[in-house]
Amino acid sequence: MSILIDKDTQVLVVGMTGREGANHTKAMREFGTKVVAGVTPGKGGLTHEGLPVYNSVRDAQAGHQIDCSIIFVPPAGAADAVLESAHAGVPLIVLITEGVPTIDMMRAVQEVKQLNAASLAEGGKGIRLIGGNCPGLVSSGEAKIGIMPNKIYSQKGRIGLISRSGTLTYEAAKLLGDAGLGTSTTVGIGGDPIIGTTFADVLPLFEADPETDAIVVIGEIGGADEEAAAEYIQNHMKKPVVAFISGRSAPKGKRMGHAGAIIMGNVGTPESKLAAFAAANVPVADTMPQIIDLVKQVLSK
Amino acid sequence: MKLHEYQGKELLRRFGVNVQDGKVAYTPDEVRQIAQEYGQSVVVKAQVHVGGRGKAGGVKFSPTPDKAFENGQKILGMDIKGLTVKKVLVTKAVDIDKGKEYYVGMIVDRNVQSYTLMACAEGGMEIEELAVEKPDAIIKHRVDPVAGLRPYEAREIALKAGFEGNLNKLADMMVKMSKAAFELDANLVEINPLFVGEDGIPLALDTKFDVDDNAMYRHKDLADWRELEAEHPLEIEASNYGFAYVKLDGNVGVLGNGAGIVMTSLDVVNRAGAKPANFLDIGGGARADIVYNAIKLVSKDTDVKAIFINIFGGITRADEVAKGVIQALKDGILTKPVRMRIAGTAEEEAKALLAEVNSDLIQMYPDMFQAAESAAQEANK
Repeated sequence: MSILIDKDTQVLVVGMTGREGANHTKAMREFGTKVVAGVTPGKGGLTHEGLPVYNSVRDAQAGHQIDCSIIFVPPAGAADAVLESAHAGVPLIVLITEGVPTIDMMRAVQEVKQLNAASLAEGGKGIRLIGGNCPGLVSSGEAKIGIMPNKIYSQKGRIGLISRSGTLTYEAAKLLGDAGLGTSTTVGIGGDPIIGTTFADVLPLFEADPETDAIVVIGEIGGADEEAAAEYIQNHMKKPVVAFISGRSAPKGKRMGHAGAIIMGNVGTPESKLAAFAAANVPVADTMPQIIDLVKQVLSK
Repeated sequence: MKLHEYQGKELLRRFGVNVQDGKVAYTPDEVRQIAQEYGQSVVVKAQVHVGGRGKAGGVKFSPTPDKAFENGQKILGMDIKGLTVKKVLVTKAVDIDKGKEYYVGMIVDRNVQSYTLMACAEGGMEIEELAVEKPDAIIKHRVDPVAGLRPYEAREIALKAGFEGNLNKLADMMVKMSKAAFELDANLVEINPLFVGEDGIPLALDTKFDVDDNAMYRHKDLADWRELEAEHPLEIEASNYGFAYVKLDGNVGVLGNGAGIVMTSLDVVNRAGAKPANFLDIGGGARADIVYNAIKLVSKDTDVKAIFINIFGGITRADEVAKGVIQALKDGILTKPVRMRIAGTAEEEAKALLAEVNSDLIQMYPDMFQAAESAAQEANK
């Protein structure tokens, strides 16, 4: 078992015939992910790498079971693509696209949440959006629905990983792998100000996962997601959590690449994040390799 | 993209907000002319993309056209936080003693995943100061991203904040400001001060407007307002290449693939006892020519004494990075010591390529700490 996805998850790639969509469809299949079809409006009826391409998500659903859709649509159409999947009732939607206008994300995230509530009220599976501007998610040795390098996720382990940053997710996964610990599931939640799933949304899934023993949270400056995660951990988590905060030396008021990585006023400072984790008894690593020492420590307790 | 006060006011005017009259001037003579035309006291206000211009002497009350000319002379050409004032806004003055100043603003609030509208009966101050000094006086309200701000909500907010004046007109101004924010993809829009005179009619005396860069493709008419001279020349060049680049004040050039890894690289350089000269994210999937341009850009910065390259290849191929570095060396663009950590996709190919080069300028390290330490040592020599 793992959280959110496993080796049986059937995946639809929205924007499969574009450059990124095509490359990552190939890499996901090499990893072992069950990609069953693609969607590119106007290219329905074609095949791509032996997979059928449909004009719409609903068309694809007529011939396949779709557990998850991964979206590689350019920014202007990305939020619309999310809503197409959500209204079709796809339970897990992963938005990789970077640079989606913030207002589009506000509206899409709110609508997905309403559809999720409606689905759950009717006894359905619910609808969850991960991202945008995220690397996706991987259950090591089972399935990858995202753009992470395959190599670092071959080793199955028992550490859950959640991160706002793509590259740091890779870095942490490699460190955990090299240390012989390995990852259970990795969730890249994305670096934008408005995202579908936050740290605090993922933590309960790991808490309930019998194959995860400890969780690593990789945060960065900006926003208050880390503070909310710390509060959740303090009130609800029994499993140990270790954290890392990137951008601790970044100047205030400057946006550091990620749209969300900016300190405004006293919100989003490294100090407030460190204080929140300290209050929740979550050890925070000073450097990435130190994450491993801290994970070993919390596991031995 | 940050807009000037006069541009923000122009946008609010388009949405029907009652905005204080004003005109832009580029010379003291133009300032005098506008003041004469208005035939009343005016305020001359520096138009620069930094806060605190009032405190810096960039906003001056001018009772006569001659005084306005004089103030124009003082303010035009003035340096405010490193930016030269090239234009001023000349507005009709109001007697603020004969009315009240309020604050209203909308900001993208990740915690509520929408806009939060803020209203406060203490206007004229910066919201950051208000938040520190009168946190309880600021009324905060989540605005529904689909429905927008409705008039009854605006009336409730105005009442809660303690606004006095024509309630319907106050609410109407807030609704129109909200529409402007949504339709123009504002990260931030403020009316501050929102002035209510003896007639009870609200008037926008000043505004701040910041438009989401990701949404500029649907506001092409605003793109002409981008003022590149307000940005660092290297930042302009970086934006032409499509890099996320921030000029910092240290001596180690830092580049990597992804915002997270570059931020962490800055932290590591700091730990190694040097200071980063820049933040440069080459993005995901960068090919050799992109890396070449990144090195060219960072090398142009005379503050840079050494370069630290930190790559964890995912979509980015490490051998493409190596090819870019090698080409920069061959072309004589790379002249400063480069300390590299390369891992991930095509790592072996990259190492093989770099081993062939055999230049003292380029050294590889197995981890980011050793590479950063070596770069820090080189930079601090």
